[in-house]
Amino acid sequence: MSTDTKGYLDMDLLRFTTAGSVDDGKSTLIGRLLYDCKSIFEDQWEAVEQSSRQRGDENVNLALLTDGLRAEREQGITIDVAYRYFATPKRKFIIADTPGHIQYTRNMVTGASTANLAIILIDARHGVIEQTCRHSFIASLLQIQHIIVCVNKMDLVDWSEDRFNEIVGEYKEFASRLEVPHIDFIPISALLGDNVVERSTNMDWFHGSPLLYMLETMYIGNEHNHVDARFPVQWVIRPHSDEWHDFRGYAGRVAGGVFKPGDEVTVMPSGFQSRVKGIHDIHGDVAEAFAPMSVTVTLEDEIDISRGDMIVKQNNPPQSSQQIEAMICWFSSEANLQERGRYTLRHTTNDVKCLVKELKYKMDINSLHKLEDDREVRLNDIARVSLQVSAPLHYDRYRRNRATGSFILIDEQTNNTVAAGMIVN
Amino acid sequence: MSEHKSYQLTHLQQLEAESIYVMREVAAQFGKPALLFSGGKDSIVMVRLAQKAFWPAKLPFPLVHVDTGHNFDETIEFRDRLAKEVGAELIVGSVQAEIDAGRAKEETGPNPSRNRLQIPALLNAIEQHKFDACLGGARRDEEKARAKERFFSHRDSFGQWDPKNQRPELWNLFNGRMDFGEHFRIFPLSNWTEMDVWQYIKMEEIPLPSIYFSHEREFVRRDGVLLGKCEHITLLDGEHWERANVRCRTVGDMTCTGVVESIANNLDDIIEEVAAARQTERGGRADDKRGETAMEDRKKEGYF
Repeated sequence: MSTDTKGYLDMDLLRFTTAGSVDDGKSTLIGRLLYDCKSIFEDQWEAVEQSSRQRGDENVNLALLTDGLRAEREQGITIDVAYRYFATPKRKFIIADTPGHIQYTRNMVTGASTANLAIILIDARHGVIEQTCRHSFIASLLQIQHIIVCVNKMDLVDWSEDRFNEIVGEYKEFASRLEVPHIDFIPISALLGDNVVERSTNMDWFHGSPLLYMLETMYIGNEHNHVDARFPVQWVIRPHSDEWHDFRGYAGRVAGGVFKPGDEVTVMPSGFQSRVKGIHDIHGDVAEAFAPMSVTVTLEDEIDISRGDMIVKQNNPPQSSQQIEAMICWFSSEANLQERGRYTLRHTTNDVKCLVKELKYKMDINSLHKLEDDREVRLNDIARVSLQVSAPLHYDRYRRNRATGSFILIDEQTNNTVAAGMIVN
Repeated sequence: MSEHKSYQLTHLQQLEAESIYVMREVAAQFGKPALLFSGGKDSIVMVRLAQKAFWPAKLPFPLVHVDTGHNFDETIEFRDRLAKEVGAELIVGSVQAEIDAGRAKEETGPNPSRNRLQIPALLNAIEQHKFDACLGGARRDEEKARAKERFFSHRDSFGQWDPKNQRPELWNLFNGRMDFGEHFRIFPLSNWTEMDVWQYIKMEEIPLPSIYFSHEREFVRRDGVLLGKCEHITLLDGEHWERANVRCRTVGDMTCTGVVESIANNLDDIIEEVAAARQTERGGRADDKRGETAMEDRKKEGYF
C-alpha cells in the first residue's frame, strides 16, 4: 500500500473475478496476493491460523478469510460471491471471488457482470477440464475483455515448459470459439509464490510478467463505451428553494459516450429535442461527462422528463423495439423459466412488463452446443429467448454497451431477481 | 473517437460515482428512506455523498441516530452541528428509552455493552417512522460477514437478514422490491476500504470529530483493547488507568470502541498510519471479539 499521501490521486481501479474448480489453489492464490500486498492484517491472520488449527487443517486455510458466514465455516464451503480488496501504489483492486462448486453459474455471472478481467486457474497436472471451459464461456458471454489463464501447481510438474505449452495449446483451441480479445498465460505456483508477485527463478524459460505486474499494468481505458452518448435519468432534482427557484436537473450516471454543454440531445421515449445547458456538481460546472460519472444535467428547454427516460445525442439514437432477443442466465431455484410467463424487466432505470414469447434453445456450457430438445430452464441454465415488452426499450446490443444492453427479470409474486439478461438484438 | 483522450476516472472518483448512483436509486425506489448516522467517519462521508447526489436540493431523507447513551460527547455535538449545516432532519432513537420501557435489558459486568441493545431501538425507530430503506455506512472490507453483503440488502418483517438467500446483484441494476412490512438496508460504501475513506476525507477536506485525531486520554488495557476512561467502565483486579496520546480508528460506544496509541494529529499522518497498520480497524472493537461469527449473529437479528 502506498505511504505516499499524494500518489493515490492518480490511482485507478481494476475489478477482476477469479474462477477455478475445487482444489486448484484459488484461495491460496488470492491469499498470496492479499498477503504480499499487505492487505491481510495481523489480527485477521491470527484468527484464520487459530480457526484452521481448531478445524484440524494441515495448512492455514485461507478460504476462512472470505468464508465468513457460519454455514460456510461449518460446512467448509463457499456459498456466495465474496468481495476482497487490495491495493498497490498504482492501482486499487476489487476481487469478486466466486465459488467453483455450488451455484457456480449464478455466482460467476454475478461476479463477472462488473469485472474488467477474469483470472482462470488450471491445475497443471489436469490441464483444461470441463470447468475451465464453463468459466471461460461465462467470461466471454459477459463480455469480459481480458482473461489471464494461470497454469498453477507448476512445482508438481517439475516446472515443465513442455507441459505448460501443451496446456496453452489446449486452451487456445477451445478459446477460438469464444469472444475474448485478450488472453494471457502465466505458469505459476501459488503455494510457493512463483510468478505471482515475484518472477520465478524455477522457470527461466518463461519471459512474460508475473501476475501482479500484469494486473497493475493492464490497459483498462476501453472498458466503457465513449462513443454512443446515453444518459438514463435516475431522479429529477427540483430544490424548491428561493435560491434555486427554477432549477430542474436530471440526475443520473452516464451509461455511454460523452456529454458537453451545447450538445444537441433527444429525450427517449418522447422524442423531444433540446440542448445541454450545463453539467453540474456541488463544486461547480463540469466541462464534460463520460461513463461511469454520476452527474446532474440541465437542458435549455423545459420539457417533461422523468425517471426511466434516456437522454441521447440527436445524431446517434439507440435501438428501440418491443421485441428483444437475449441470452439469459436463470437464477431461481424455486421456479423454472415459464414459456409464455410474465415478469418485470428492469433495464437501466426503467421498468417494463415482459412476456417470454419463445425459448429458442438452451446452451450446454461445457460443450458450447445448443440444446433444442430440453425445454426446462432451471437454476444456473443459460438460454436464448425472445421477449415481448409492454413499451419500447431503448437499448444497445450488450456487445456494444454493457450498461444499456443488460437487464434483470423480477418475479412479481416473490419480488426476487430470477434472471440476468444480455440483449443480442 | 477522433481525439486521443483518455476518459479515465481515478479509483476515488469511481467509488464516489458508484455511491452517488446507489443513493439516487434509493431516493427513486423507496417511499421513505433514512440515513443511519452513527457519528463515525463512514457516516460523515455518507452525508457528504448524499449532499453531492442531490445538490442543489437538500437530502431527500432524514438522518437517524440510535443513541446508546454511551456515546462520546464529541460525537453528539458533531452530529447536531452537521445536521444543522446540511439542513437535514435529525431523528434520535434512544436505547435508554428502550431500557426504561423494559423492552431492552442492560448487560452487567465490567464493561457492559449497549451494542446489541441498539437493535430494538433501531427496529422501533424503523417501525415508528415507517422507514422502508435505511442507508448505512458499512463496508465489505470491515468484517468477514460483511464481505458478502449486497448494496441492497433485504430484511424480512422482523428485520432479519438471511445471508444464504440473498438476491443476486448484477451490473448496476438494483432490485428494491418488497412486501409490506419488509425493509432494506442499503450500503453505498460497500466497495470502499478504510484507506479509501481516509483518502476521500482528505481529498474533499471533510471535517471530523476531534477524537479521530491524537489527544491525551486515560485508558485501561483489557483483552488487547485499549478502552478510554468513562463512567461506564469499572476496573478489574490488576487493571489500572494509563495516560498517553491516543486516537480512535472507529467510533462507537465508549465501552467497546478501543483507542490506539498514536501521535497522528492530521489527515496525512493518519493516512500514513493506516497504510502501515498491521491490525484491522475493527481489531480494536471489543464487540467483534465475542465469537467467530459475532457480527453475523448480530446482523441476522437486525444490526446494521
